[in-house]
Amino acid sequence: MILPIVLSIGLLLYSISIFLYLYRILKGPTTSDKVVALDSIGMNLVAIVALLSMLLDTSAYLDVILLIALLAFIGTVSFAKFIEKGKVIERERDN
Amino acid sequence: MSFLHLAIFLPFLMAMLIPIFYRWTNQLHTGWIVLPIPVILFIYFLTFIPQTMQGVVTETMPWIPSLGINFTVVVDGLSLLFALLITGIGSLVTFYSIFYLGKKKERLNNFYAFLFIFMTAMLGVVLSDNLVVLYLFWEMTSISSFLLIGYWYHRERSRYGARKSLLITVFGGLMLLGGILLLHVITGSFSLREIIGEASVVQASSLFIPAMILILLGAFTKSAQVPFHVWLPDAMEAPTPVSAYLHSATMVKAGLYLVARFTPLFAVSGVWFWTISLVGIVTLFWGSITATKKQDLKAILAYSTISQLGMIMTLLGVGAAALHYDSWSDDIYIGALVAAVFHLFNHATFKGSLFMMVGIVDHETGTRDIKRLGGLMRIMPITATIAFIGTFAMAGLPPFNGFLSKEMFFQSMVDVTTLNLFNADTWGILLPVIAWVGSIFTFVYSMIIFFKTFGGKLKPHLLPKKPHEAPLGLLLPPLILSALVVITGLFPNLIAKPLLEPAVKSIMPSLYGTDYHVHISFWHGFTMALLMTFGVIILGILLYKTANWWRPFIKEKVPRFFQWGKAYDNSMYYMEQGSYRFTLWIMTGWLRTYLNYMLMAFIILMLGTIFATDALNFDISTISRVTMMDYVLALVIVVTLVGVVFSKSRITSIILLGAMGYTISIFFIVARAPDLALTQLVIETISVVLYLLVFYHLPQFSNIEEKPKWLSVKTLISFGVGLVVFLISLSAYDTTFYDSISQYYIDNTYTKAAGKNIVNVILVDFRGFDTLFETVVLAVASIGIFGMVKLRLARREKNENK
Repeated sequence: MILPIVLSIGLLLYSISIFLYLYRILKGPTTSDKVVALDSIGMNLVAIVALLSMLLDTSAYLDVILLIALLAFIGTVSFAKFIEKGKVIERERDN
Repeated sequence: MSFLHLAIFLPFLMAMLIPIFYRWTNQLHTGWIVLPIPVILFIYFLTFIPQTMQGVVTETMPWIPSLGINFTVVVDGLSLLFALLITGIGSLVTFYSIFYLGKKKERLNNFYAFLFIFMTAMLGVVLSDNLVVLYLFWEMTSISSFLLIGYWYHRERSRYGARKSLLITVFGGLMLLGGILLLHVITGSFSLREIIGEASVVQASSLFIPAMILILLGAFTKSAQVPFHVWLPDAMEAPTPVSAYLHSATMVKAGLYLVARFTPLFAVSGVWFWTISLVGIVTLFWGSITATKKQDLKAILAYSTISQLGMIMTLLGVGAAALHYDSWSDDIYIGALVAAVFHLFNHATFKGSLFMMVGIVDHETGTRDIKRLGGLMRIMPITATIAFIGTFAMAGLPPFNGFLSKEMFFQSMVDVTTLNLFNADTWGILLPVIAWVGSIFTFVYSMIIFFKTFGGKLKPHLLPKKPHEAPLGLLLPPLILSALVVITGLFPNLIAKPLLEPAVKSIMPSLYGTDYHVHISFWHGFTMALLMTFGVIILGILLYKTANWWRPFIKEKVPRFFQWGKAYDNSMYYMEQGSYRFTLWIMTGWLRTYLNYMLMAFIILMLGTIFATDALNFDISTISRVTMMDYVLALVIVVTLVGVVFSKSRITSIILLGAMGYTISIFFIVARAPDLALTQLVIETISVVLYLLVFYHLPQFSNIEEKPKWLSVKTLISFGVGLVVFLISLSAYDTTFYDSISQYYIDNTYTKAAGKNIVNVILVDFRGFDTLFETVVLAVASIGIFGMVKLRLARREKNENK
């Protein structure tokens, strides 16, 4: 009986942190702040999906957790590359 | 397919063969080869006279029987009169053109092909019983007339005249088609005889007046009635044989034919009577008064044609009163119909000869300007004789046929004042007065044509060529016509019984079987009409003598109020300018403008439909319970949305869009759709990466950095679209009348399709067909992107030019 309540509290806390990260995306003085905030939102989403699948009592969303982790990494890397070089995919040298 | 059908198409077949003959025969003038065709047809149509005196000849050839469209040819008195005019004058014009058009200079194959197409078209118009076929031939006359007017297409005026006549006559033709379709709606038939047979049904219908007006518009445009007469003077840019044939004797009479043909159907109405009579009388008056001020002989003849057509039109209008009488013995208005038919014949003869005469004068002196011409009587005595007969017949002087029909015209106009139908006994007095005044001017311009050309002194220094008498070939056709003018003037009853009587009977079908006879003999009596003719002659001579005094007035003052031609030009100009400006105004070339149009149309149509059908229906009883999680997610989405709209830099927008997409995938999780959530996450990431890819090439935000205005069209449209979609989805939520079919899938996913993931089984098994084409869409998109990136034809060319 205690489990749903604990899970709900956990969801609430993660939601609040998402809002805080959103504030950082909107306000963040540099682009890097915003990208890091987006990456953190992704990690929070991982946690939220995990909590949700416990709450819904299903294992169908475990793939989603893996995927979010992967994609958040890819997204962050491409943003980082963009910030560093202005392009995401570079041309090969010998072309 | 009878020989009658073949007779109609014979000129057309000839027109197709002309180019071949033109190539083969270098020595012979093409006109000699084609000349036998109209002559044979003329003789063939002469053989119908005994039959049309008794009744009608009908031949049918199925064309589109399933639509009730059959090529039915009916020869009755009226059709035969026209057919004889078309083929007879057609023969003379062909003969005349052999001598008029030079073999070396002119493109004779074009000329005769156009002319013979026209001949077929005209025969088809007057002989068709089926209205659709009639309309087909009607447009064919317009097109072939267009080609003939623009025969010398290197001249700007010819092209202008051809375009003008085509626009006006095709406008009228389309109106005629509308009238025909209305008649078909009323009666269910396209056959003219059947429709006239059901005249009482048509007359009771509410579409009676619209059908009548549309058909009259067709007739008025073709017959150059005011205000549609503006094309005829400009059609004078055509070669003179064409003017003689089309624009005096045949095509412009097609409208008269139509009016006469529909008289049994529409004569019951006062609108018909008054419209035709008044338009005709105004045309008569305006045409004759304008003809007196023209310098060019062909222009004078053009306006005189307009005037004479108006006169016949008036007679047909007045003759409509005749159909209100049960017996012909007390019916004096038949006289108007007889006069109309008689004058139609007379006008074709003398106007044809006059045009040919003008052609001769033009040919031999090099000019048609009456200011330069004069004193040609001694040099060209035969031409002068032709002109004398033609002009005096046109003026209505004895002993020519114009005198007889003019007398009958006056008699009918006087008779109208005693008609006790359609308020004719009060307003009818206008008709004889205007007709009389118009006839005075007719007399004046006829005298101008003759005496300014042939009387007075010769002015050799003004003439481009040294004048001499024309060759016999040019003189023969107008001489034949002049002989006809004199013969029918002296012995009118020669044509009264075989031609005029059947024609009148076909305008008034009730006369068939009665012992009614046309007898033109009362030209001895001392009647009101004779007095009017004396008045015309006396006043006409006075006006002619004082022409120098009053012509400037007509030339300068009157036209300022009635510039019909200018009105046409201006309307063309403003229509073109107006549509040009309108297009410029509405087609800005900015996508945002078009998006505004589309979304506004969406809002207006949707809101209109919702309120018109009273479709607003908020029933939230079946809505699911909203959890805390939903609120939180919705709030996240709203925050990101507002951020996207108001963010100043593009990269913030992209990050926020990514955040929004991830949040939506959580919505999918809450709604228990794992496959959707997976796909959404991947697609969202790829889109974000793609945005970053193209980011470098996108324009900066800075150029639209002004603050978004709250009260702009865009804001209103955005809110409107949101509101409409919101209303629609709420209203649509609870309008499912049937249970969902998803229970079937739930039951059968494993048993029938061997899968446990219901979404995937639907995608690849139950509804795999959609998936196939979604795959195709992706393939096309990727190939398209590859093509767009790799294929750069324009840039490569530019580099080569460097």
